[in-house]
Amino acid sequence: MDFLRPATWDEALAAKAGRPDAVPLSGGTDIMVEINFDHRRPDALLDLNRIADLREHTREGDGSGAPYIRVGAAVPYSTIVEHLHGPLPALALASHTVASPQIRNRGGVGGNLGTASPAGDAHPALLAADAVVEAESAERGVRLVPIDDFYTGVKRNCLAPDELIRAVRVPVADGPQQFSKVGTRNAMVIAVCAFSVALHPRSGRVRTGIGSAAPTPVRARAAEDFLAGVLAEERAWQRRGALPPSAVREFADLVSGAASPIDDVRGTGDYRRHALRVMARRTLAWVWDEYRDGHGDGYEDGEGAGACA
Amino acid sequence: MRVTFTANGREVTADEVWEGESLLYVLRERLGLPGSKNACEQGECGSCTVRLDGVPVCSCLVAAGQAQGREVETVEGLARGEGELAPIQQAFVEAGAVQCGFCTPGLLVAADDLLKHNPQPDDADIREALSGNLCRCTGYEKILDAVRLAAARSAAAGTGGAV
Ligand SMILES: Cc1cc2nc3c(=O)[nH]c(=O)nc-3n(C[C@H](O)[C@H](O)[C@H](O)COP(=O)(O)OP(=O)(O)OC[C@H]3O[C@@H](n4cnc5c(N)ncnc54)[C@H](O)[C@@H]3O)c2cc1C
Ligand code: FES
Ligand code: FES
Repeated sequence: MDFLRPATWDEALAAKAGRPDAVPLSGGTDIMVEINFDHRRPDALLDLNRIADLREHTREGDGSGAPYIRVGAAVPYSTIVEHLHGPLPALALASHTVASPQIRNRGGVGGNLGTASPAGDAHPALLAADAVVEAESAERGVRLVPIDDFYTGVKRNCLAPDELIRAVRVPVADGPQQFSKVGTRNAMVIAVCAFSVALHPRSGRVRTGIGSAAPTPVRARAAEDFLAGVLAEERAWQRRGALPPSAVREFADLVSGAASPIDDVRGTGDYRRHALRVMARRTLAWVWDEYRDGHGDGYEDGEGAGACA
Repeated sequence: MRVTFTANGREVTADEVWEGESLLYVLRERLGLPGSKNACEQGECGSCTVRLDGVPVCSCLVAAGQAQGREVETVEGLARGEGELAPIQQAFVEAGAVQCGFCTPGLLVAADDLLKHNPQPDDADIREALSGNLCRCTGYEKILDAVRLAAARSAAAGTGGAV
């Protein structure tokens, strides 16, 4: 086995181009388990730990009116929890549910995307927030992949063999966001299933993400469209009134219907459908209450709410 | 490959390290630092916890090559000198927080780190900080007692987080 240790991002891209078989190694919290148990023997490991840029997060896009946080691929979950809960509430909530402090100090979103497990906790939050993955290769430069197009199958993503993830661009929240996860205990739990919802008052949209209940992380598009329609019709973005209970129920049913869960050791498909319905109902209540209470005003881009309404 | 890093303030070198080898293996099998324990090798139990550049991590999930040039602090580095335990170690002994002792090194590093950053943690803080460490013997109550004891002593002594 070779151990490649690029000191810079350009060196890393060159190394990956020269050795497309090299397996990127970031926090190691997925890869090292596989190596320790002899489930995987890559010919080469490409250690990304020396590249300081990958651990940085910056705020960008303010001039364009669509600010986002560029979260370096190796920014550990603990940093996201501590420093990015304001602009990226769903991702920070999801990050806080990952494993344990030790794992959160090492693992990050780049590794979660690299593994692309349907149970990865970052995915529902990234889907709900409408993130964009920055993939890069030495030959073709940067490619911006909308998160909707990133997951291609069970533990598969759209990265080319010579590409690495540089960062993920996550829009600064313009409304309340939530993340919820079902498991047997609080710490150290792979999700039985997970759900995230984000209100986007600026565009009048609602986005969602479902984890561990389909071959890939997925959105519940019918639920999103339904709720956005109700909010527009009721002029709810402006009035900030209570949501009709029938609409909440329908939203929850549509979320549950968007999943195609299997029975496995963590839970049955039926249980997952049920749990999704419950999480959808609860998280919608939480975000809508937060919006009604005016916390939504704290989101700097929340003005002009309901432009589509 | 050869790997050189700082372990408990001392520069150490290991030769003929296999590229897929963990930092935990290097510490235990090549550097004579068997304090960190190997229980699960999959990040679940925390008994291999060390500080890497000041941050608690599972050493079983750090590739040895990733430690090159960095600072590692293991449970062996906690005691202040020959025969003098660190306050958190002393508290573990006095509170009866050790039974078989297999989880103890990882818990000590995690608890020491907690008190360093948060000298007066509440119970929720302690549970959160130790949530990555499993103990199959004690039922955890005595471990919580030990952390509370160390925190109370450092408050009384006015030493803040310097435990
Ligand atoms: C005990 C334990 C509990 C866990 N609990 C959870 C949990 O609750 N929720 C959860 O979501 N995950 C959990 N995980 C899984 C893991 O921690 C996460 O998937 C984490 O995000 C992986 O990040 P990493 O940096 O450690 O990845 P690594 O192991 O370094 O890499 C993971 C994959 O991504 C690839 N990769 C890494 N960086 C890049 C990059 N920049 N470009 C391209 N490819 C890259 C690697 O080649 C590899 O295929 C757990 C793991 C353990 C050991
Ligand atoms: S041996 Fe590393 S976490 Fe269990
Ligand atoms: S004392 Fe035996 S595992 Fe904790």
